[in-house]
Amino acid sequence: MKLGVLFSGGKDSTYAAYLAVKSGYELSCLISVSSEKLDSWMFHTPNIGLVGRQAEAMGVPIIVQKTHGNKEEELGDLEKAIKQAIKKYKIGGIVTGAVESVYQASRIQSICNRLKIECFNPLWQKIQVELLEELIKNKFKVVIAGVFAYPFDKGWVGQEIDLGFVDEISQLNKKYKINPAGEGGEFESFVLNCPLFKKELKIQSKKIFGEGNSWKMEIALK
Amino acid sequence: MEDGDSFKMILIVNVCREKLHYLEFVKPITDIFEENNKPYFVKDYKKITKKDLQRADKAVICGTSLMDDEFINNLPKFAWVKFFDKPILGICAGMQVIGLMFGSKLRKKTEIGFFKEEFKRVFLGMERKQEVYHLHNFYVSLPRGFEKFTKSEVPQAIKHTEKEIYGVLFHPEVRQKDLINVFVK
Repeated sequence: MKLGVLFSGGKDSTYAAYLAVKSGYELSCLISVSSEKLDSWMFHTPNIGLVGRQAEAMGVPIIVQKTHGNKEEELGDLEKAIKQAIKKYKIGGIVTGAVESVYQASRIQSICNRLKIECFNPLWQKIQVELLEELIKNKFKVVIAGVFAYPFDKGWVGQEIDLGFVDEISQLNKKYKINPAGEGGEFESFVLNCPLFKKELKIQSKKIFGEGNSWKMEIALK
Repeated sequence: MEDGDSFKMILIVNVCREKLHYLEFVKPITDIFEENNKPYFVKDYKKITKKDLQRADKAVICGTSLMDDEFINNLPKFAWVKFFDKPILGICAGMQVIGLMFGSKLRKKTEIGFFKEEFKRVFLGMERKQEVYHLHNFYVSLPRGFEKFTKSEVPQAIKHTEKEIYGVLFHPEVRQKDLINVFVK
């Protein structure tokens, strides 16, 4: 079956895509919805301009759909992009990186149900530390692209997800109930390399901005 | 072994047509058993043998995706459900299987997302109003010999009046994991 991945450039959607390919499915396209609103309900894409480079590294075409509306308009734009993927790439299903968010998952389920295509959430209910450990084991190179919760600070941005990170985040989970995989929107990530990439993406320069417990990184790739 | 419970072997029945759906509908259940050190084994619904049924002390029939109706066209593969003399829990598609094996009719109703359900009596540890996750296009009418535990018109939680056969239309592996723990206790 040909599949399209709802892609943000972060670890979850990339790992979900990897699991689909590993299970024998054909990755036909990536679908990214870019919200111009900073507090988008559905889409967390801090470095949306870079998803094209990730698609190129995978050798997979990408559909980028812009959205700037309210909640319902965002969903309409997502549906539009999925329809386009069905028509252009003949996909029979969508893959998402949803782990815990019933809000996101149920809306994507509803869209797929209306369009009569399969919906796959291979990370659904996954134990979050296990997810991080699998990323490391499978040689994913992932950096933290933004942090949005107490007690994070500027120092976390740009860090790579390695075993040391898993240790630290597990402690924050115990102390502050931070979701280890950032599923509650506590942090966002960007994938620089993984088994789906034909070549690694390298950061040329980065700019970190923000305040308090909320910091973001803008990166330029080589 | 100190704990008598740990001798109980749980058969987990995978009804998914698509390989990738295993991670979404079966693995969240095996994770619960891993966490609680409950011995289990997983079998594809088309490959269940007499030996599997003898080996199992309890069975959980998992759900599948909204588009997957393959199991509905393979109901004879579930004939064992009527004669298995040990506890069974059917989740979503699994409940539909139980209903259909006991003479229910399949009816259309799409419900996706969180819904509040009110329990009339305690059902595998659940009582009063609870938020549950729905993901279904169909449900089954109340089968003969079963009791409905929710106030809703659509039977959301049912149990055989004499046997330990349970069915839930919602997905307890999402935010209601205790229901599964109570079943395997």
